[in-house]
Amino acid sequence: MAQNATTPQRKLPGSLETNRTLSQWLAINNDGTVTMRPGKIEIGQGILTALTQIVAEELDVNLERIRLVAADTVQSPNEGITSGSRSIEESGIAFRYAAAEARELLLARAGVRLGVSIEQLSVNDGTVTSRGGSSVTYWDITDESLLQREATAETAPKSHTLHKIVGGNTPRADIPRKVSGAPSYVQDLDPPGLLHGRVSRPPSLTAQLASVDLDAVRALPGVVAVVRDGRFLGVVAEREEQAIRAQRRLAREAKWNVPADLPEFDPRYLLKQEAKTEVISEKNDATVPTAGRTLESEYSRQFLAHASLAPSCALARFDAGKFTVWTHSQGIFPLRAEMAPALGVAAENIVIYHAEGAGCYGHNGADDVALDAALLARAVPRRPVRVQWMREEEFAWEPFSSAMVVKTRATLADDGRIASWNFDIWSHGHSSRPGRGPGSNLLAAWHLEKPLVRAQTANPGLPGGGSHRNGIPIYDFPNQRVTNHLIPDPPIRASALRGLGSQCNVFAIESFMDELAHAANADPIEFRLRHLKDARARAVIEKVALMANWKSNTKTDGTRGRGIGFARYKNAAAYVAVIAEVVLAEEIHVPKLWCAFDVGQAINADGVTNQMEGGIIQAVSFTLKEQVKYDRERVTQQSWDDYPILSFTEAPEVEITLINRPELPPVGAGEGTQGPVSAAIGNALFNAAGVRLRDLPFTRERLVAAMM
Amino acid sequence: MAISITVNGRLHTVMAEDETPLLYVLRNEASCKGVRYGCGVGQCGSCTVIIDGKAVQSCDVPVSVAAGKSITTIEGIGSIEHPHPLQRAFVDEQSAQCGYCASGIIMSAKALLDANPNTGEADIRTALSKNLCRCGTHQRILRAIRRAAQEMRS
Repeated sequence: MAQNATTPQRKLPGSLETNRTLSQWLAINNDGTVTMRPGKIEIGQGILTALTQIVAEELDVNLERIRLVAADTVQSPNEGITSGSRSIEESGIAFRYAAAEARELLLARAGVRLGVSIEQLSVNDGTVTSRGGSSVTYWDITDESLLQREATAETAPKSHTLHKIVGGNTPRADIPRKVSGAPSYVQDLDPPGLLHGRVSRPPSLTAQLASVDLDAVRALPGVVAVVRDGRFLGVVAEREEQAIRAQRRLAREAKWNVPADLPEFDPRYLLKQEAKTEVISEKNDATVPTAGRTLESEYSRQFLAHASLAPSCALARFDAGKFTVWTHSQGIFPLRAEMAPALGVAAENIVIYHAEGAGCYGHNGADDVALDAALLARAVPRRPVRVQWMREEEFAWEPFSSAMVVKTRATLADDGRIASWNFDIWSHGHSSRPGRGPGSNLLAAWHLEKPLVRAQTANPGLPGGGSHRNGIPIYDFPNQRVTNHLIPDPPIRASALRGLGSQCNVFAIESFMDELAHAANADPIEFRLRHLKDARARAVIEKVALMANWKSNTKTDGTRGRGIGFARYKNAAAYVAVIAEVVLAEEIHVPKLWCAFDVGQAINADGVTNQMEGGIIQAVSFTLKEQVKYDRERVTQQSWDDYPILSFTEAPEVEITLINRPELPPVGAGEGTQGPVSAAIGNALFNAAGVRLRDLPFTRERLVAAMM
Repeated sequence: MAISITVNGRLHTVMAEDETPLLYVLRNEASCKGVRYGCGVGQCGSCTVIIDGKAVQSCDVPVSVAAGKSITTIEGIGSIEHPHPLQRAFVDEQSAQCGYCASGIIMSAKALLDANPNTGEADIRTALSKNLCRCGTHQRILRAIRRAAQEMRS
C-alpha cells in the first residue's frame, strides 16, 4: 500500500511488519476451506503443523479445513530465511494476529447477515451462531475482498486459557506421506521431459583450471549438453546414471592447478589470523574485590558439516529468457535476488517454488544447487533439469560451520564466588547465506568466466549474534569482559549451522564453570545456582537434577560419570539444562541423557519435544565424532567413513521434560541443545575419570592421550 | 540393453546398462521415489529395499544382479490408506523429523521382523547399523519398531 512519507506506518507483530496485507497470509474460501501461505518452510522441524494449529485456534475452525500452500516468490509473504529458531516468533505471531483479525472481520459480516451484534455471536468450526439460534458459516459470507486490507493487529488473539488446539499434540500432517514412501521432497519431482544434470567442481576454492577435453564427454551415451563457463563445468543427460557417468568422465578430463593454501588441521590457526576485535560485554563492579585464585583454560572445535542425509537438489527450467526454479532453500526471496546477477537477468525473470527437502540444520548446498540447475537449464531451453549433488560433492562443498577457539580466565574469590570473568572468542563469521553480501554467496557464481566476488562471512548482530552467540554468560558475575575476534575470510566455506557459535561458546562457558566449581570444591549444580538469579533458568536446572536423581560429590569407579550443561539459547530463547551420563571403554559412550527445557508457550508439545530430542542426539554426534577433514590443499572427506556420525548402535536414551508456560510468549527451541549437550558430556567425562577434554570432538585418540 | 526386474510384484522391462545402480532404475523407471539417494556407496541406507527377503542398499547393487529377483520397496509394503504395521507405528510414535531416512529404515526393520518377529533391542539396533538418521530421531524410531514388532507378533 502506498505510504505517505509523513505518516509513519504502525509497527505490526512478527512478519506482518514486512507483509502487511491480510490476504498475503490467509484466504477464507467458499468451499469450506482455509488457505494458509506461510513464508517459512518445513525442514523436518514441524513448523507447518504448528502454524496450522495457530490458525485453526484463532479462527475457530477444525484443522482438517486448512490447506497449506508451499512458499513461492509469486504470492507468498517474504519472510526472509527460515533459520535461527525464529519461525514461531516471526511467522507464528503473524498468523496469530492475521487469523484473529480475519475472525473479527467474519464476525462483523455475520452480525450484519444475522441482524445481531457481534457480542451475541459464537463460532464453532466456521459456523457462526447467534444467541437466538440463527446461524451462518464463514463459507457463506466470505469473498475475495474480505482480507484485501492492511492488517491492524488491533484484534487481540485468544487468551491461552481458551486454547484447545494450541498446546496440544497435533500429529504432524506430513509424516504419513513420508513414511509411506510417497513423493515428498524436491528430490522426488519428476516433470515430463526431465533431464538430469551434474556439475564437476574444482578441487578447492582457489584451484585453477589448466585444461579440459569436453569432446570426450560430449561423446558419451545420453549426453545432451556439456557446459563450460570459466571454471564451472557441468553436464546434462537424458538419464540420471548417464549424467553421473559423464560427470565422472568430466572430472577425469579436467586438469587443475591446486595451491597448497589451507592452514594446519588445528583450529588454533585462527589465533594467528588478522581479526576484527570487539568487546561485546563489559561489567565492572569496583565494590567486589577481584582478589583470589585465577584459572585459565582454552577450548576449541573443528569445522562441522551439516551432513544432511539428502545431498542438495534443485530443478530448473529456462524458457524465453525466464527461469523457473524448484528448491529446498531456506530463503527463496534472498536466493532469487542472489541468482539474478549470476544469471545476468533481472530478479523478475526468476520464479522460485519451494519444495521440501531433508533436514538441513542450517545453510547447506540448497541455494548453490539451485544456481547449478539454472546454469545447466540455460543450455537446454524448455526442458526441466534436475541436479542432485553427489555425496562427495556435499561433503566437499557445503558451507561448514566455522572452527572456533575460546580462551577463558576467571578469578575465584575466597567466598567461593566468581569475582571476574574473561572470555575471548576466535572464529570466522557464522553466516554466508544469500543476501549477506557484498559479493555473492552462491558457489557456482565464483567459478564463472565472469565471476562474482565471493562474499566474506559475517555474523548476525547481537543480541542473537553469530560467532558470539551465547558468548555473553547469563550468570551474574560482578566483573566481566567478553571479546569477539572475527576473522571474516575462511580458508574453506563457512556459514550457518544449528546454533551457530553457541555450541562452542556454551561448551566453553559450561566446561569452565565446572572447572571453577571443582576449584571451589563445590557441587557443579549448586555452584551454577550460586551465580544465577533467573527463576526460569534455575527451574530447568533444578528439574533436570531431580530427573537424573543428581547427588553431590558422587564417587565413581573411574569408568562412569555424570555432568551437567545449561544455557538459555541466544540469552533470549529456550532454556535448556542437560545431564549426560558417560561410560568409558575404548571410546566414550553416552548411554543416557536427561533434559529439562522451557520454551515459554509450547504450540505443539510433542513436536517441540521431538525437535529437542533430535537436537540432543545430534549434539552427542557433534561432540564425540564430528570434524571436517582437510589437508593443505583441499577438503578431503568424501563419504560417511570420513565424516562418521552417531549410529543406531550408539544412540543414547533421552529422558526429557517440557516445562510448559502457556502464559508466556513462545520462543525458539530447535537449536538450544547443542552447547549444553557438549558441555554435559565433557563434564561427565571429568566426573568419571578426572580428565578434562577441551578440544572437540572427543575422539578415542584424544581420550587416550588425556588418560596417559 | 533390456533388463527385466520384478518390483512389488510387477514386471518392468527397462533399458539400462548392466552396471547401472538399481536405485536409479527403481526411482526413475519404476517411479519408486520412496527409494532415496543418500550416498551411492551403501553407507547410509536411505535406498534400502528387500531383495529375496534380504535388506540391501539399492545404490550398491547393479540392476543386472537384481534381474529375475523379487524386489520390494517401501511402496510395496503399504500406503497412506493401508499402512504396514511399521508405517503405522512410525505415525503413531511420530518417529520422523525430516523423514528422509524413514523408508530405508522401515525396509531394514521389515527384513528383520519378517525373519524373526521375536527380536530384541540389540538385534534391532544391529539391523539398522547400515542406516543413518541425521535428525537424531533414533529413540523414536527404535520405539516404533518395537511397537510394530509387538503388533506383528500378536
